[in-house]
Amino acid sequence: MPFKRYVEIGRVGLVNYGKDYGKLVVIVDVIDQNRALVDAPDMVRSQLNFKRLTLTDIKIDIKRVPNKKTLVAALEAADVKNKWESSSWGRKLIVQKKRASLNDFDRFKIMLAKIKEAGVVRQELAKLKKETTA
Amino acid sequence: MAPKDRKPHVCRNPDLIRGVGKYSRSKMYHKRGLWAIKAKNGGAFPKHEKKAAAAALPEKPPKFYPADDVKKPLVNKRKARPTKLRASITPGTVLIILAGRFKGKRVVFLKQLTSGLLLVTGPFKINGVPLRRVNQSYVIATSTKADITAVNVEKFDDKYFGKKVEKKKKKGEGEFFEAEKEEKNTLPQEKKDDQKTLDAALITSIEAVPDLKSYLGARFSLKAGMKPHELVF
Repeated sequence: MPFKRYVEIGRVGLVNYGKDYGKLVVIVDVIDQNRALVDAPDMVRSQLNFKRLTLTDIKIDIKRVPNKKTLVAALEAADVKNKWESSSWGRKLIVQKKRASLNDFDRFKIMLAKIKEAGVVRQELAKLKKETTA
Repeated sequence: MAPKDRKPHVCRNPDLIRGVGKYSRSKMYHKRGLWAIKAKNGGAFPKHEKKAAAAALPEKPPKFYPADDVKKPLVNKRKARPTKLRASITPGTVLIILAGRFKGKRVVFLKQLTSGLLLVTGPFKINGVPLRRVNQSYVIATSTKADITAVNVEKFDDKYFGKKVEKKKKKGEGEFFEAEKEEKNTLPQEKKDDQKTLDAALITSIEAVPDLKSYLGARFSLKAGMKPHELVF
């Protein structure tokens, strides 16, 4: 099985350890075998070990070490934010964040909603069962 | 010039480094205007008369000297204050009681009493918790707030909740026990009325929020997979 996601200039990655945990960053240059120069619109350009990075499917079109302005423009042009948030990985992360930030009252309301939904489903199922047996 | 209009005064002798001012003694004398004050006063610095010290009464020798030296307790100027209220607890906050008869109940916070305890109510009709005092340490504050503006809590204080002092009874054993039992069981009607009036206003504001009433009626419990240190309340 060949590799599909490569470390290259313009590859978008997710930081999975450290101060910037959870951020989407762009590989802007490769320093050596273990480290990359990494940049994002809301952070200072810095080096990051590849072990702290998880590659995503998204790649943008930039030259080696672009200006912050060019980088931001390229991110806008490639529409990285929307692509990420509509991907299944991105959606999962959003749901995780939402669940972690739920209030006690929110959890209660969700419980009521789940019970209601299950009740509706059970009713429909009962109807269908009746039809097949009848 | 009204005192409020004055600009904050800049230091006359700024530090070059700590302990060394920019201006010498003579320069400072001039800057402070002491020469002008002297000139105004005719060559000498104005003095005011010392207040005549009231003549101390001659102390009489004490009549009694104790045999052993009695130690005096040390001076203690600490003042008792009500416990510091957590920033997350404000009037109207929904609290979760963690211990006691009502553990797990979600309850509305009214105010902090002077003893430091929190005054809390169910409301009684919703979850059976009456007007009650609760210690801050046995409570989780949620971020849900109920609207408490229509409620008047002025009259409730620690004395309201204190135990009633019983009159001394005559010593007759048989009668003693029966009489005690009768008095303790009933709650005075006045307290029941207080509960009703307080809750009436509170319940209308609670019913305005969808699901809040059933939320307050349900008990809190930890289910599988809930990690208290990760939960946001």
